[in-house]
Amino acid sequence: MSSENNVLKTPLYDLHMELGGKMVPFAGYHMPVQYKGMGIIKEHQQVRAQAGLFDVSHMGQLIIEGENATRALEAIVPVDIDALGLNKQTYALFTSEAGGILDDLIVTRWGKEQYFLVVNAACKDQDVAHLQQHLGAQAELSLLNDQALMALQGPTAKDVMGELAPQTSELVFMSGCRAVIEGVECYITRSGYTGEDGFEISLPAAQADKIARLILAFGQVEAIGLGARDSLRLEAGLCLYGHDLDNETSPIEGALNWSISKTRRTGGAKEGGFPGADVILAQMANGVSRKRVGLSIDGRVPVREGAQLLNAEGQLVGQVTSGGFAPSLNAPVAMGYVATEYAKEGVQLSALVRDKPVAVQVAKMPFVAQRYFRG
Amino acid sequence: MSALKFTKAHEWLSIDGDLVTIGITNFAQEQLGDVVFVELPEEGRQLLEGEEAAVIESVKAAGEINAPLAGTVVAINETLADAPDTVNQDPTGAGWFFKLRVEGDIENDEWLDDEAYNRYVEDEC
Repeated sequence: MSSENNVLKTPLYDLHMELGGKMVPFAGYHMPVQYKGMGIIKEHQQVRAQAGLFDVSHMGQLIIEGENATRALEAIVPVDIDALGLNKQTYALFTSEAGGILDDLIVTRWGKEQYFLVVNAACKDQDVAHLQQHLGAQAELSLLNDQALMALQGPTAKDVMGELAPQTSELVFMSGCRAVIEGVECYITRSGYTGEDGFEISLPAAQADKIARLILAFGQVEAIGLGARDSLRLEAGLCLYGHDLDNETSPIEGALNWSISKTRRTGGAKEGGFPGADVILAQMANGVSRKRVGLSIDGRVPVREGAQLLNAEGQLVGQVTSGGFAPSLNAPVAMGYVATEYAKEGVQLSALVRDKPVAVQVAKMPFVAQRYFRG
Repeated sequence: MSALKFTKAHEWLSIDGDLVTIGITNFAQEQLGDVVFVELPEEGRQLLEGEEAAVIESVKAAGEINAPLAGTVVAINETLADAPDTVNQDPTGAGWFFKLRVEGDIENDEWLDDEAYNRYVEDEC
C-alpha cells in the first residue's frame, strides 16, 4: 500500500489528534481506530446507548448527472434506479461481467437525472475508472473531493440533528434533505452503517471541523473510531467490502438477493441489462454452491477472518470473512461463507482457531436488531 | 520481592525467590486495547524459554505471550477467564497472567528496569 508519507489526512485530522485518536493508515488515509479515554468497547456502547460521531471523509463521494444518467446508472447496477423518488436512497452493487462484486455503494437521487454516490474508500479509484468506462458520453461523473462526510449514529442522534437542522426530524431511513447548519450547506441523509438510527452529513471540507465540534459539544455525543465502526456493523450483519464481499463473490453467494430489484430479475420489466446479469440471474434461478451466513460462537474465543470452518466429519466446508467480539452481546460473533447445504440456521460447525476447533453455529443476522427510523 | 523487571516483548516479571509472576505491561495493554479473551497455560506445564505460553485477544487483535524464562506453571490467574478486561484495568497487579517456579538463576541481561523500559518504549514504539 501507500508508504507512510503519502497517507492522506481527512479534514478532521487535527480534531482526531486533539481528541487523542489512535491513528492508523486505512485505505490511504490517517484514520482513528479509537480515542483516548474511550476504546472500542466503550465507543461501541456509546453508539448503542446514546450517539457517536464518525469521520467517514475517506469514502468516495461522486455525482453522476446528464441527460441519460438514470439509464446509464441502471446499466451498471442491478437496481431499479428510476423507481427511486427524489432524495431517496438505495443500496447498490457494482457488478462485474463475471458476476462478482466490484464495490458496494449508496445511491441517492438528487434530481431527475442527477445522483449522489458514496463508495468505499479503498475502491474509489477503481470505481471512477469503472464508471467512466461504462458511462461514456451518456452522463458526466464528478468527484466531490472537497466534501467531507461524517456519520452521527445512535438512538439520540435524532435529538442532536433535530436541534441543528429541524427538517431532519421528518426524514425516514434511506432518505435525505439539504440543510444549513451555522451557515454551512449540508446534505443530510438518514442512513448509516451501525444498525442504529442515524444520519450521514456531507459538507464542505473547509467547514467540517467547525460542524464536527458543534456536534461533539452535545453531551450525548462522543467521537467514535473505526474499531467500533467495524464491531457495530458486524453486529448489524452488514458486509464490509474486501472482506465479506469481493470480485470473486456474487450477490447471490453474498445473500444480497434483496439488493437486486424485482424489475431487474428474470421476468421483470427491466430484466437484466447490468454487468454479469446472465451469471447472477442464473444463480438466482439455480442456486449457488456457497452462501454468506452469520455464526454464533460457543465460549469467548474470538473467531476471526480467515478461520476455516469444518463440518462434523472434519471436512473443510467454509471460511470466516469477518469476526470479532460483539460488545452488545458480550460474546464473539462472525460471518463467513459455507457450502450451501450448511447454510441453515442452527447447523453446527467448528472453526479452527490456532489449530483448535471452536464450536460455532449458523445463526440469523443481524446479531443485534437494527433500529432504523421508518416513520 | 524485587521491583518489576520488563522484557522488550512488553511483559513484566515480578521475582520472589524461585517464584516469578508474569504479566503484560501497561504500554502493551494500551496498544492492544480492550482485552476480550485470555488463554492461559495449564498448571503443571513445563515451559521452555521463548515458548508460547498464553494467548491474549483484544477486540482488534490477537497476540501471544512467550515465556520470558523456563519454568513450571504453578498458578494461573483464573479471574481472567470471566473478566479479561482486568488486564486493561490493572495490568501490573490484578491482571497478572501466570506464575512460574524456576530452577537455578533468575537473571537476564536483556531485562529492563522501570526506567530503562520507559525509555525503550519512548524510543522504539
